[in-house]
Amino acid sequence: MATLTQAPPVAPPPAPEKRPPRRRGRWTPYLLLLPGLLWLLVFFALPVIYQASTSVQTGSLEQGYEVTWHFATYWEALSEYWPQFVRSVLYAASATVLCLLLGYPLAYLIAFRAGRWRNLIMILVIAPFFTSFLIRTLAWKTILADGGPVVDALNALHVLDVTAWLGWTAGDRVLATPLAVVCGLTYNFLPFMILPLYTSLERIDPRLHEAANDLYAKPSTTFRRVTFPLSMPGVVSGTLLTFIPASGDYINSDLLGSTDTRMVGNVIQSQFLRILDYPTAAALSFILMAAILAIVTLYIRKSGTEDLV
Amino acid sequence: MAFVNWLKRHLVVIAGLLTLAYLLLPNVVVTVFSFNNPKGRFNYTWQEFSTEAWQDPCGVSGLCASLSLSLQIALWATLGATLLGTMIAFALVRYRFRARGAVNSLIFLPMAMPEVVMAASLLTLFLNMGAQLGFWTILIAHIMFCLSFVVVAVKARVMSMDPRLEQAAQDLYAGPVQTFLRVTLPIAAPGIAAGALLAFALSFDDFIITNFNAGSTVTFPMFVWGSAQRGTPVQINVIGTAMFVLAVSLVLVSMLIGNRRNRQKA
Repeated sequence: MATLTQAPPVAPPPAPEKRPPRRRGRWTPYLLLLPGLLWLLVFFALPVIYQASTSVQTGSLEQGYEVTWHFATYWEALSEYWPQFVRSVLYAASATVLCLLLGYPLAYLIAFRAGRWRNLIMILVIAPFFTSFLIRTLAWKTILADGGPVVDALNALHVLDVTAWLGWTAGDRVLATPLAVVCGLTYNFLPFMILPLYTSLERIDPRLHEAANDLYAKPSTTFRRVTFPLSMPGVVSGTLLTFIPASGDYINSDLLGSTDTRMVGNVIQSQFLRILDYPTAAALSFILMAAILAIVTLYIRKSGTEDLV
Repeated sequence: MAFVNWLKRHLVVIAGLLTLAYLLLPNVVVTVFSFNNPKGRFNYTWQEFSTEAWQDPCGVSGLCASLSLSLQIALWATLGATLLGTMIAFALVRYRFRARGAVNSLIFLPMAMPEVVMAASLLTLFLNMGAQLGFWTILIAHIMFCLSFVVVAVKARVMSMDPRLEQAAQDLYAGPVQTFLRVTLPIAAPGIAAGALLAFALSFDDFIITNFNAGSTVTFPMFVWGSAQRGTPVQINVIGTAMFVLAVSLVLVSMLIGNRRNRQKA
């Protein structure tokens, strides 16, 4: 049977929980908190309130806006832009699943199989961050270009026929289709999946694998019954860290997609910065925020990992 | 059969390396195309080898100005977020106070919100206040969204710190200030440095929040965005490649120094 690897050095006993008695400084914590919290209150919480108020205003740019409790804006925004909402959720969910499928093997590789290459692979995972992500996203325009090697290969393998039948691509093109946008989203948020996965996989005691092996578990059983359940905290925070930014993203859709792939982020951006219809834009943004908060709360409850921070 | 067995045993490694390739492919493309000599306004298809852009990285008007603006904003935002975030982290770990739950959620929420929502709501605030959009509004926004990440990074480090070290310092007649400067701060330093680095990277590369709150001010990501509509100069790829090479070599050098130091200690 497998020999046990050397036990890791015994961890030092946890520091006693009791805090040293503080003679002075009853106000110290509040003074330490004050500037930062004030910043967050004024520039994060207050804006949310302003946005809520903007969403129920009516008026025009020239005559100014007034709060008239015009809740119909929400209804109008939803009935006009529900396809973009559905698309955002679909694209973000697909990208999250793809990130998990692609990221898990790499995180596993770094945690258990990389040996002395571990640090190097780790650097290579983080390295793309050092080049502006807009430049890297533009590179996908080259990679997926019409008649380029990637598209030609997919065509020759008849992959594009299948994806076109599924409605992911159109004709001989990959650019300007949902597939390109999801591919870009997956690429952009993959490191956010890999890092938490790696952190939770790395904490798993390798002796557990050996124990499972000793008890005649096949590698696949070991993975299903030991490794994967223990990596759940990483899976939960990884999926959140991917899904949340992906659902509000408008860069990938703008650069790699077309008008048929517009997501809710694109609508908010153009309403705010080009069309200048502030109430509609604020209502859309508020709906997105509420939806994300609801999804996140439900998901965290369900998966039972309360302390993500 | 032997091949199938080999494949089975190394499936994870192969899949992992393929993912790594997927992650690095765009960087390879960016680097290769920094040596391109494109025909039209867009640098998306390969024409011929040229080092022209590398000889004149600032040759496009506005590019280097936007780069230096981004650097300035990133530096100030890092300073602000690190200072405020470190203070919050210490308060959270070291003290008991009321409304801890509310404080925790106020710090967690900015990280759990799509950027576009924060960007849009901050813009409504600025519009309502009649603020002039530009350098200051960008800086305010960047400090706001970097703060939480600094808190998380510093908190993790301070939490794993043994409080008995500080007690020991006090037993040895160190005053509170001396204890903080000579014991607490040096131990917390790696966490603070990690938070600061993260803040710098986040601020420097931020697009969505800047896009909403910049007015007509152009940071580097805004420049790239604009050029994606008008025509992408090769110089963008030059800057991207240079940043990548510089950062990776810095990391490698610091790793080598760390390794040597560890060996000397051993």
